[in-house]
Amino acid sequence: MNDLNIMIVGVGGQGTLLASRILGNVAVMQGYDVKVSEVHGMSQRGGSVVTYVKMGDKVYSPIIEKNEADILLAFEKLEALRWIDYLKKGGTLVMNDQEINPMPVITGKAKYPEDITERLKNGGIDLQSIDALKIAEECGNIKAMNVVLIGLLAKSTGIEKKVWLKSIEGVIPAKLLEVNLKAFEAGYNSSLK
Amino acid sequence: MKKLMLGNESIARGAYEASVRVASAYPGTPSTEITENIAKFDEIYCEWSPNEKVALEVAIGASVAGARSICSMKHVGLNVAADPLFTVSYTGVNGGLVIMVADDPGMHSSQNEQDSRFYARASKVPMLEPSNSQECKDYVIEAFEISEKYDCPVIVRLSTRVAHSQSIVGIGERADLELKPYVKNPGKYVMMPAMAKLRHIEVEKRMAMLKDFAEETKLNRIEWGNKDIGVITSGISYQYAREAFGDVSYLKLGMVYPLPDKLISEFAGNVKTLYVIEELEPFFENQIRKLGIKVIGKELLPVIGEYSASLIKEKILGSTPEKPYDIDSKSPMRPPVMCPGCPHRGMFHVLKKLKLNVTGDIGCYTLGALSPTESIDTCVCMGASIGMAHGMEKARGREFGRKTVAILGDSTFIHSGITGLIDIVYNKGCSTVIILDNSITGMTGHQQNPTTGFTIKGEPTRQVNLELLARAVGIDRVRIADPFNMKEFEKVVAEEVQADEPSVIISQRPCALLKNVRYEGTQRINENCRKCRSCMKIGCPAIVDKGDRIEINSALCVGCKLCSTVCSFNAIEKAGEHNE
Repeated sequence: MNDLNIMIVGVGGQGTLLASRILGNVAVMQGYDVKVSEVHGMSQRGGSVVTYVKMGDKVYSPIIEKNEADILLAFEKLEALRWIDYLKKGGTLVMNDQEINPMPVITGKAKYPEDITERLKNGGIDLQSIDALKIAEECGNIKAMNVVLIGLLAKSTGIEKKVWLKSIEGVIPAKLLEVNLKAFEAGYNSSLK
Repeated sequence: MKKLMLGNESIARGAYEASVRVASAYPGTPSTEITENIAKFDEIYCEWSPNEKVALEVAIGASVAGARSICSMKHVGLNVAADPLFTVSYTGVNGGLVIMVADDPGMHSSQNEQDSRFYARASKVPMLEPSNSQECKDYVIEAFEISEKYDCPVIVRLSTRVAHSQSIVGIGERADLELKPYVKNPGKYVMMPAMAKLRHIEVEKRMAMLKDFAEETKLNRIEWGNKDIGVITSGISYQYAREAFGDVSYLKLGMVYPLPDKLISEFAGNVKTLYVIEELEPFFENQIRKLGIKVIGKELLPVIGEYSASLIKEKILGSTPEKPYDIDSKSPMRPPVMCPGCPHRGMFHVLKKLKLNVTGDIGCYTLGALSPTESIDTCVCMGASIGMAHGMEKARGREFGRKTVAILGDSTFIHSGITGLIDIVYNKGCSTVIILDNSITGMTGHQQNPTTGFTIKGEPTRQVNLELLARAVGIDRVRIADPFNMKEFEKVVAEEVQADEPSVIISQRPCALLKNVRYEGTQRINENCRKCRSCMKIGCPAIVDKGDRIEINSALCVGCKLCSTVCSFNAIEKAGEHNE
């Protein structure tokens, strides 16, 4: 296969780790070599977090570098902007249309950029953005926001839908499965903004 | 069967398959998940120890008693465990003993960037270093073989990107090993001078044998490719090098101490240009140079921070990645913050208001050094807050002491704060120590500790009573206060720093992320708001300045109501049930 590099960026606490587990499982089911690199510890506490998922015939470094990601999955808009140089030319940005102010903005030392979507569009990015929080809420649990985004991302990968569903079943605890499958479908079938 | 596993999870699997019976650890990123995963195996006795020194002593005891045992810690934890390490090197083992140490190049979650390979050399203990999850498991199993064959502990070193990367692992069965007989052997296990002198001779013999082993073991392997470039490397640096250089020749060292001199010379003799790729210190490079071999390493590559394939390409091959888009991606920083609902937030608000000098410690509350709380003056190592507050008072006098407090978490206090507190009592200090009792070990992701009342396996156990403990060492003034009752908390702190005797304040409120912590509903800001920004000063990430108004982000708010206690205009109210 061609290598597939997916980078997940967001804010600590948003559920990026679970999303990477689902992606990693998909790669294993497809029979690819895979590496998933996570961040734990201090930077998880509301900081900018990055997870790398790399699959292919043989994966060495677990890290995705600038101009290497086929898909950049951003759980938050400012994080999409921060990491945009990691998206390779012609790659796809899947973005949650959510804003979380970082502390320098909260304390008034910096401003949250207002024109992120425009900047990305004007820069020629293949941008797919949805309000995953709202969709997750409609599905019955805002915490399923990450799975809504996985649903949207799944469409960009060309990997069969049933593989994704099976991966989710393998990762999500039984009592939360129904709402998460619903969230996946909602993301998969969402009309883009 | 093949499974996607975190390096740390694979270490746990390796311990299981190697028939380990006893596992001990103190949590520390990036090593914590090793022991959390070992705890899932019923066949293995597993514990969180109060600190790494005790953890290693437990593992040594288990080894001497005939069991295979494993002890895990982060790099700075090995400093704490260094005392037993240097002497267990002399006694050797009975059942195999493996020490896991996880370094943190780039300091994702650490206070320094030390290179633990030097411990292997200093303590004369062999060290292995895996480069992916499969090797994590294989090397742990091999480490137990080496430990028993050469009668020594073996250190297995991880770095963050190996510990916290998932890759595919083949699962095996648990070996069915018996306990080895316990035989009293003072000459081997009682390290007083007469015996230790003899054991040191054995240590040197063993290291000579291990040097021969290093030449033959499959842990060290040559991958021949284009011979214009040869690369000597290990661990995660091997993965970066493979990606950066492609089809060149590699000597991948799985055993990083002692080194195979002959193998290195043979490899060097067959390649035109030789590079050493190793994160942090020139540990290989200096040893290779001593063999008289010309090698390129730290003259091009940094001793600071993590490596990557692109860093190697840039520094050695002179190529930089193209910027794919012409987009201004400059973004405000997003440093880590205390979570919404964090009990520490109330305490820091008070400390800042009282303009105190604060010696800090290792835990979530270290984040109190950052804006807007900006309350912590120092952070050195586990437990240091107490000794440092005492030292400050002795240096600058009692008046300075009245403006100084030490703060540290419950788990950190048990780890190595209690000895500092005894020092204050013994040496007639008057410092005030605030113990942040949030009912769990927070930063590393919620581990039980001696103050929580539960073991690593979730079994109820005796709970250390912090108040009685403080009284027992001679602290007469022990106060308990709720950091969210800021008025009362302020009063307590103000009184205690003035008191001319040592005091302990136990700041009691559980971590907001604990499952049993349920606040009532999210807050919202109503029309009474005068935009005085008092609520912004507590530094809660859920409170947002929208320019024309202040808002509470309902997706982040947990409803702790701390903000409403700082509001003078009744402008913050309950917004409806928390969205779960």
